[in-house]
Amino acid sequence: MKNFIVSLFGPDIQVELADGSRRPLNAFMVPNAIFTIAALILVASTFLPYWRMEMTAPQYPKGLSVDVYVNRLEGDMREIDALNHYLGMPPLDEGGRLERSLSLLAIVSIGLILAASVFVHNQFALLLALPILAFPFIFLADLWYILYTYGHSIDPTSALGGAIKPFTPPLIGAGAIGQFGTSSSLEIGFFLSLLAGVVTLIGLYFHRRAYKPVVEARKHAAAQATAVKA
Amino acid sequence: MKKLILLCAIVLVLAAIIMACGPGRQTPTRESAVGGTTSQAGLSADAAQVAAERGLSPDDVTAALKTFMPSGQLDPYIMFASGGQGGQVLVVGVPSMRILKLIGVFTPEPWQGYGFGGAGNAILAQGKVGDNEILWGDTHHPGLSETNGEYDGQFLFINDKANARVAVIDLKDFATKQIVKNPLAINDHGGSFVTPNTEYIIEGPQYAAPLGWEYSDIANYKEEYRGVMTLWKFDRATGRIDPAQSFSIELPPYFQDLCDAGKKVSDGWLFCNSFNTELATGGVEDGNPPFEAGTAKNDTDYLHIVNWKKAEELYKAGKVETIKGMPLIRLDTAAKEGVLYFTPEPKSPHGADVTPGGEYVVVGGKLDPHVTIYSFDKIQKAIAALNEGTMTKDEFGVPVLSLDSTMEAQVELGLGPLHTVYDDKGYAYTSLFLDSVVARWTLGGPYQGLHPEEPWTLVQKLPVQYNIGHIAAAEGDTSSPDGNYVVALNKWSIDRFANVGPLLPQNFQLVDTSQTGDTMKVLYDMPIGMAEPHYAQIIKADKLAPLEVYPVGTNPETMQQDPNAITGPDQAKVVRNGNNVEIWMAVVRSHFTPEHIRIKQGDHVIWHFTNLEQTRDATHGFALPGYNINLSLEPGKTETIEFDANMSGTYAYYCTEFCSALHLEMLGYFMVEPN
Repeated sequence: MKNFIVSLFGPDIQVELADGSRRPLNAFMVPNAIFTIAALILVASTFLPYWRMEMTAPQYPKGLSVDVYVNRLEGDMREIDALNHYLGMPPLDEGGRLERSLSLLAIVSIGLILAASVFVHNQFALLLALPILAFPFIFLADLWYILYTYGHSIDPTSALGGAIKPFTPPLIGAGAIGQFGTSSSLEIGFFLSLLAGVVTLIGLYFHRRAYKPVVEARKHAAAQATAVKA
Repeated sequence: MKKLILLCAIVLVLAAIIMACGPGRQTPTRESAVGGTTSQAGLSADAAQVAAERGLSPDDVTAALKTFMPSGQLDPYIMFASGGQGGQVLVVGVPSMRILKLIGVFTPEPWQGYGFGGAGNAILAQGKVGDNEILWGDTHHPGLSETNGEYDGQFLFINDKANARVAVIDLKDFATKQIVKNPLAINDHGGSFVTPNTEYIIEGPQYAAPLGWEYSDIANYKEEYRGVMTLWKFDRATGRIDPAQSFSIELPPYFQDLCDAGKKVSDGWLFCNSFNTELATGGVEDGNPPFEAGTAKNDTDYLHIVNWKKAEELYKAGKVETIKGMPLIRLDTAAKEGVLYFTPEPKSPHGADVTPGGEYVVVGGKLDPHVTIYSFDKIQKAIAALNEGTMTKDEFGVPVLSLDSTMEAQVELGLGPLHTVYDDKGYAYTSLFLDSVVARWTLGGPYQGLHPEEPWTLVQKLPVQYNIGHIAAAEGDTSSPDGNYVVALNKWSIDRFANVGPLLPQNFQLVDTSQTGDTMKVLYDMPIGMAEPHYAQIIKADKLAPLEVYPVGTNPETMQQDPNAITGPDQAKVVRNGNNVEIWMAVVRSHFTPEHIRIKQGDHVIWHFTNLEQTRDATHGFALPGYNINLSLEPGKTETIEFDANMSGTYAYYCTEFCSALHLEMLGYFMVEPN
């Protein structure tokens, strides 16, 4: 078995640390591989919805829904906008326009920043992992802000604008607007972005396992050198 | 290495856990109307009380249940019935017998805005006779488009007997798209039915007239009056009849009646009966026998047997004369070239109906108590045996095949057999007008094993109320009929409905034909209070796939993107060019954009409307008082109206289809300043 693996991957390469101890090269490759997976998961999440709102009313037996992706909206925006104009609410497309336009660039950047940790061989790699860890929470905060802005931009001159109090549609769970019941939920794309964070944490663990001995060996060697000089 | 594999495993497990913990999709649930109580046996106390009060028999209760569709449940069949003098088509759900739609065809229809300013005006104008606008029609026989002898649910065709016109209805939106006027005939009857792959839509003739209805006294009947059968080429890609590839066949003035296309073994042939081989010309006022007597003098008339593939060859080979733009295969050519044959049939018959496999043609006797069954195989053998020296010809030179050589069987059914349809159990159903019954009888030959009875025998006569004309069976004109239901199209209703004055509704009766033997029962009476339908076809509902909404900017006449469509209210505008005022209007809940239009008396107005909605049923109307304008703007539709603003004044235009809570507020002002 071992021979077979060796025949496939070649012989195990050892790295000699500053203090003369040896570590297998793969120990250093593992965190990079995991970070790559994390970045890919995050990129994959852009193809899937992050958040969804469903609306039900007697005259909509199939309901209405909007799926929010990091870079676009899908679903019954046309009809929801048609209804919302009575309330004087802005078109759905106006919410988070800047965020949507930048999201793909941002996500690629987040992935590249994480990948840069390949070149950081100490604990500062954590800093490069922060964007991918923070991303889902930034998304949530921004979505809440968009929903808040949306529910607080009611045009008082619209047909029903005077009758509606400003409100914030719920981020998760049930709500009600007029004859509509709403139900919002986080969707698979969001959970994939969380997963990307979890995988990053695992990667950090292996990163630490790989490089802590390096840092310590370096310290140790430096200390010895100092001791020798002294 | 092991650690790597372990790590991958961890990631996969984590992913699985996270996905499993994902939010349960909170799909909106509707309370089902079905379930729960359906398993309950017997009648509830309430139902038992209703049954007792109305004196309902167990059969009545069963019939009620068989036709009852609870709210939200859809019918498995859709029936397209002609609207008779209404010039329309009725769309009816079967077995609930609920009217779903009335399609304006030859007649303006305000609900659909058909003929009140929009695209319908152009379609109705195609149906002009000479310079005369004809704004009604006598729709007779709807024909669904077929692929391999099966209804394909794409198009419906219907003829106007009164003016010899055929209309095309696109089943994408259940709306009329085209009307063609036959340039040679002034009335028709034996249409519209289609060849098995809708290569042609057949328009069979009725009352003979000189070709192109030129003037000629009836004293010249035999010399100059003719019947004309037209094969309209259907172009499936465009969804329209192509008159440039259509042709006609000249027939003797025999008053051809109902026709049908052969299928499967008889594909390539058409069959048509006739009822005036006597060449009666009427004139009761001059002491002549009236038409009713004159046309019924001979014991037999002629079943017309037409080889349409041969006719198509002749047309393509140019063996035609073009009259009024219509290529015509002359009668002598048709007789000589093997396009047309006759065989005797009981006098003044009705119906010439081809069995599902195409083996037989059944002719109803009308004045004879039998149906006569002709074998296509025997007809072919008789044609092959024709010999120029010995063959019998009629007075127009058409070969006549003897009845003995073509007939397979006769079945005595009763008085007034008219029209025959088929099921999946080897039964035929014939309407008996005088007896007022639906007769079920057995087919022989390949159908013999499908039913328990002897072949060619009467099985049951089911009384219907009253005077049944045509009869329709579920998928009954196809190569594979369904056999669950037959609808009797009764001409008289007499005592079946509340008295609504001397003009009575027609009565469609739904007949249960699901079991073999003498088990047919009437399930339901459906009053038709708007016209006298003639024939109907019943298609499986799941074969129909109409649009839910039009893509935004669809022109209903072309079914293509309209060049004057707009995609948002921001594109709405009014452009003046001299005395021409062109308006692009956006229509969406619940306002028109623009809401103020100021023009001058005498201006020529071109007004485009686009309904920007994409939600089902979000239809708007547009009514302009004083100018006879009313449009139906279904979601996505673009319409254009054009008129001269000849009257000054102030006109509030408004939405005529209740669209929202603010529907009444959906209006605008059209201000026409006097000169």
